[in-house]
Amino acid sequence: MVSGERFLRLGIGLDIGSTATKLVVLGADGALEHTDLMPTGFSSVDAAARALAALEAAGLAPGGGARVVATGYGRVAVPYADKVVTEITCHGRGAAHLFGPGGTVIDVGGQDTKVIRLRSGRVAKFAMNDKCAAGTGRFLEVMADRLGVSQEELSALARTGEPTRISSMCTVFAESEVISLVGRGEPRENIASGVVESVAARVATLVASAGGTAPYYLTGGLCDNGYVVERLAALLGAPVTTRPEARYAGAIGAALAALDLG
Amino acid sequence: MTDASTPIELPRTFEEFNEQRRQSFLKVKDFKQAGGRLVGYLCSYTPLEVIDAAGASGVGLCGTSDEVIPAAEEVLPANLCPLIKSTYGFAYSQKCPFTHFSDLIVGETTCDGKKKMYELLNELKPTYVLHLPQGRSREHEREGWYQEVVGLKEELERLYGIQITDDALREAARLRNRLRRAILALYDLQRSVPPAMSGVELMSTMFAGTFNFDVRAYVESLERLCEQRRAEAEASGSPISAGAKRILITGCPVGGVINKVGATIEKNGGVVVCEDDCSGERTNRFMVDEDAPDILRAIADRYLKINCSVMTPNDDRFAATLEMAKKYQVDGVIECVLMACHTFNVEAARMERAVEAAGVPYMKIETDYSSGDLGQLETRIAAFIETL
Repeated sequence: MVSGERFLRLGIGLDIGSTATKLVVLGADGALEHTDLMPTGFSSVDAAARALAALEAAGLAPGGGARVVATGYGRVAVPYADKVVTEITCHGRGAAHLFGPGGTVIDVGGQDTKVIRLRSGRVAKFAMNDKCAAGTGRFLEVMADRLGVSQEELSALARTGEPTRISSMCTVFAESEVISLVGRGEPRENIASGVVESVAARVATLVASAGGTAPYYLTGGLCDNGYVVERLAALLGAPVTTRPEARYAGAIGAALAALDLG
Repeated sequence: MTDASTPIELPRTFEEFNEQRRQSFLKVKDFKQAGGRLVGYLCSYTPLEVIDAAGASGVGLCGTSDEVIPAAEEVLPANLCPLIKSTYGFAYSQKCPFTHFSDLIVGETTCDGKKKMYELLNELKPTYVLHLPQGRSREHEREGWYQEVVGLKEELERLYGIQITDDALREAARLRNRLRRAILALYDLQRSVPPAMSGVELMSTMFAGTFNFDVRAYVESLERLCEQRRAEAEASGSPISAGAKRILITGCPVGGVINKVGATIEKNGGVVVCEDDCSGERTNRFMVDEDAPDILRAIADRYLKINCSVMTPNDDRFAATLEMAKKYQVDGVIECVLMACHTFNVEAARMERAVEAAGVPYMKIETDYSSGDLGQLETRIAAFIETL
């Protein structure tokens, strides 16, 4: 619970992504008061309602000095939002808050991957993957399912294998490719390694097309996937920094925008 | 060749059409039954003065709807520009009255997709293809194009059993120039801050104009619209918010994505102040030298100046875009590439460099006529506007 006085001014950021819904509450001083992570599920309207229930349970209900900014693909489904801001702007702002005002933010999300170049804490330029799941969290999810392992197990397996080249960019075609590799008796760790390599290579290409330069920061759902971070750094030829809160970068950016609303 | 005694037939599927489509078919049928000549065209390179001087009405047939794309894909590959698929689809499914009733369709060898589609279109409707050169910097290209325009004139003379006179060509050039000036005057209203009207309204007006049978009536209606909008803006101000970010749209023809891209820009805090595509200022700024001794050559020369990405090199396009970005005080440039349009898509790399070197933010989007990517498109466009 927060005291009545501080309750007067709070920034609530709600990031409804295709896979996960992230909730962040910042105090007037920018300090992290509360975070929450829940699966988005089928309906973003429902996810917005569950987020509201979570806020109420934590004694952080919107209203009064507590303003709400919604972001993510489900941003339009939040009836109690004071403002809607795109995830590009929110991720850029959240990443600048977590890492610093310059550099390149790489956000690998469930549905899309974004590369954001920051200048003075603002989005200078961005690129998103084309309407396809190559190089996204979804790609890893589908391939892990196909190999019968969890995403964590996929990374652990990948670390021990020699990458088998997965040439299809399209998730659906790549899945068929993986099926035929399994059929040919290719070791699972090699396929897993090839899958991670494919995602990292796709993301590195997107970084180049956006003219991204070091320092690199990773936000989004893959930031706790150490092996992907490692491979990405190897392909980019520079360290990729991340931290556990980076998963909340979009929601943090939204919460900062909410504080601006006063 | 049509005369009033030949019965004009409706498509077999006429009864399945909705009321609005039936009405358009009946309107065009009446026009033909009364002896009207109708020539369909696709591209801004079509020398319209030649069609006008033949006493025919030129109508734009560029497909802008995904409604007929599944039908088109029975013949054409899926991985093709939506404009080409839609154009062919309307002919194939007989759903467009203008295509259906055209005496002749005129095309040019612009991009590879169109060029080869015309061969298939010719199986459905007589299609005459002018050979457009690949560039304009070599003398034989200019001469060759002139000969192609002469060829179109002769084709129309044969088709209608007429002679196209220089006087008729000159008169047509004067009227078309007047139309171009009227369009430019309308665009000019967008230079003020805020602009006089929404870009969607302006783009829709321009698009509707391609279905006009009577050039003079169209010119007069545009001139009236311009006066009316100017007076309204002076009397009661602009309906557009002063803080709206001023966007220039460049790239492929936007007729099929006015609502998808144009409206999304304007719903997310932007306003389209300049349409830099083939039906926009990029093309309409070129006039025919009405007083040239050889009027047909002057007409041919004017069309060859058009800065489409099918030309190589095409550096004049970048210069024109930068000039317009300045003139319209643009906050950002959005390049709209239709899926599988290789020429604009590849040229975009150079456009991006040119625009960013001038200090103007730039974003490229690639889309088609479907609604499948609306969510992602809206995120990109809204995010781009947020950065301005």
